[in-house]
Amino acid sequence: MNTLAPFFLLTNASRISWASVPVFSVTKLVRLTSEMLQSGARLCSWFGVPDQDGTILVAVLALDAESILGVARSEPVSGSYPSLTPAHPQAHLFEREVWEQHGLVPVGHPWLKPVRHTCDNAPANAPFFRVDGGEVHEVAVGPVHAGVIEPGHFRFQCAGEDVLHLEIALGYQHRGIEEALAGGPHPATMHQMETIAGDTTIAHATAYASVLEALGGAEVPLRAQWLRAIALELERLANHTGDMGALALDVAFLPTSAACGKIRGDFLNLTALLCGNRFGRGLIRPGGCMHDLEEKRLLTLIEKLKTHMGDVEQAMAWFWDAASVRVRFRNVGVVYPSQATDIGLVGPAARACGLVRDVRFDHPAGWHRFSQTPVAVWPSGDIFARARVRSLEIQRSGRYLFEQLEAPVDGEIQTPVPAPLPESMAVALVEGWRGEVCHVALTDHYGRLRRYKITDPSFHNWTGLALALRGTAISDFPICNKSFNLSYCGFDL
Amino acid sequence: MPLYIDIVLRLLLWLLLAPLLPGIINKVKAWVAGRQGPPVLQLYYDLARLWRKSVVLSTLASPGFIIAPAVAWTAVVAAALLLPLAGAGAAFSFDGDVLLLIYFLALARFCTAWGAMETGSAFEGMGAAREVSFAVLAEIGIITAVLTLVVQSGSIALSSMFEPLPGPGAALLAVGLFIILLAENCRVPFDDPNTHLELTMIHEVMVLDHSGPPLAMILHGAAVKLMLFCIFLAQAVLPLSELPLLISVAALAGSVLLITVAVGLVESLTARLAFKRVPLLLTIGFLFCLFPLILTWMGES
Repeated sequence: MNTLAPFFLLTNASRISWASVPVFSVTKLVRLTSEMLQSGARLCSWFGVPDQDGTILVAVLALDAESILGVARSEPVSGSYPSLTPAHPQAHLFEREVWEQHGLVPVGHPWLKPVRHTCDNAPANAPFFRVDGGEVHEVAVGPVHAGVIEPGHFRFQCAGEDVLHLEIALGYQHRGIEEALAGGPHPATMHQMETIAGDTTIAHATAYASVLEALGGAEVPLRAQWLRAIALELERLANHTGDMGALALDVAFLPTSAACGKIRGDFLNLTALLCGNRFGRGLIRPGGCMHDLEEKRLLTLIEKLKTHMGDVEQAMAWFWDAASVRVRFRNVGVVYPSQATDIGLVGPAARACGLVRDVRFDHPAGWHRFSQTPVAVWPSGDIFARARVRSLEIQRSGRYLFEQLEAPVDGEIQTPVPAPLPESMAVALVEGWRGEVCHVALTDHYGRLRRYKITDPSFHNWTGLALALRGTAISDFPICNKSFNLSYCGFDL
Repeated sequence: MPLYIDIVLRLLLWLLLAPLLPGIINKVKAWVAGRQGPPVLQLYYDLARLWRKSVVLSTLASPGFIIAPAVAWTAVVAAALLLPLAGAGAAFSFDGDVLLLIYFLALARFCTAWGAMETGSAFEGMGAAREVSFAVLAEIGIITAVLTLVVQSGSIALSSMFEPLPGPGAALLAVGLFIILLAENCRVPFDDPNTHLELTMIHEVMVLDHSGPPLAMILHGAAVKLMLFCIFLAQAVLPLSELPLLISVAALAGSVLLITVAVGLVESLTARLAFKRVPLLLTIGFLFCLFPLILTWMGES
């Protein structure tokens, strides 16, 4: 653990005082971070905090093997600093983001362009990477797509049917969520947190609530933690089921696609049974949960869950038993494990490359400290693997839910949360269905939020999609895209 | 019956009945998936709606953008008129009309690709490239099937070349022609007529920018082409022309219905192929047409 010494170590969902975060010159921070990443750490977040004399850079790392997080910061800097990206591609979007927000230039960054600005300096207006050659043609897709989905621009460089390079330009849905949080929490903050990515409501709301609880020093009652864990798995079930159906639809395999559309709705309705909202809005608040699961509804939930798990098992069996389906996914859209490590993939996409990376297991917080589920891993890195991991997680989430629902914990579901302590920092990681949701909060000397940094798993994983497309037929883009199913608004914030 | 009445009646039959087939396919798919699905007559409603709409034109497009669908539709309908209808025979017939039929289909394909290229869109160029490359393989299959029938019957006129093959040959030819039918009509597993994903489309992406009456012609032409292939397949395999008129026509209608349902079932139960594997399946279709040809030759000698 010697190499960790320069970083302040803390566990998931805990608070430290801002003063105890070690300060280095920016060059040294970059060097130390680089060394840590070299020795197996992962970059969870890298952001700037405006200060009188410039911008303070903050690094948040996850040491999965040690189940611990490390934080460090730089002295205020302005102008430029040596880039992390050439050695550690996982930092590339973070550095572009810092450049966009604070004007700090990462010297040596190979592809410095905006991340989510709008209008004239939008990412789609900056030059795209181009491949030259007589046979090479460029295909532009979006931002308006054929289906009812979110806006994003994809630029393919193709040689015939094969994709040489894909560049993704997002930012069309930038709403300024992080900026709105400064000086908060405001009355609207909780609702904004629940809509960072509408399909990841529970994960983002849990992360935000954990951050505020850590800042205030409150311990949430066990029953509330139990409820949050249940809601999180229901969210995972609904989304994984929907995506398996979408994958089936995109290869025109109707049995599974028709069934999964319906079963996804069934799972959403279970969340509604829990809290009255199909996406789990209004369930989680700092200090606990707003809705209890009394005996009668608990039994209904178990009954219905049994039926729906049976249905989804049948739909998955059709999917995996069809050779025409399996052959579409094998060796298509491959992300190699080394690439996955380099670009810092998270969630099912990382687990489909054989990386054992799951916040519920690596950095347990809340109910996951007491009860865990095996990490679902598949080694091949292709669409087949991503679908397989989703399918395995459907099974395991179901089993986990039955275990938890059959052994409820008694007690309160809410506790008062004291106001955030001043000059503090808190980090919370939650394993949403797409992967690691990371929230970092910093308070000023009045105890208000000075900086709040949100990292949706999509922020890490869009690069994975771009890599998966290299050497893949352009006609397989939709199934590649569905196998990741990343969030546009979670990225755009 | 004077020739012109015969032709008008046949024309009406083709034009009015063809849009029924896609409706039946969609109903079968809906039924297998446990959905209600669109009405069987949906395509008729769509055509009526499109016919009343105006056309959106790209500033880049030449008049070819409008002319191409019209020529393609005319070519497909002309090809259909050449085809005999079981005991009712063909309206007119001459030696080598089968070649004209193949060329009419090729002309229709050329025009669709031409119309697609007129838009100058990357998508449509891609679709046209896919369509013509797969067509090369599909056409070999059709020509082989026609050759089999020619060798068997010793005739190169459509009206007299549909003679029953011996059992195994007919079965092989049926499978081969069915695969070609799926490919030529852009059905699963070659193409997905219901997808909204422009990057994966073949035929659909070529007509993305068409609207109003030209789009109606394209959709109607596709339905006529589907019916043409169904009727061709049925007659190539079953000895229909030997039956009395009414029975043979009823049997033809029944087999067309059966083939349509089979297309629906294939679409319901299989996923579509990756593009890389399309040539493989088309080659298999070609081989299924080639073996009956060899069988027929062996039988001759």
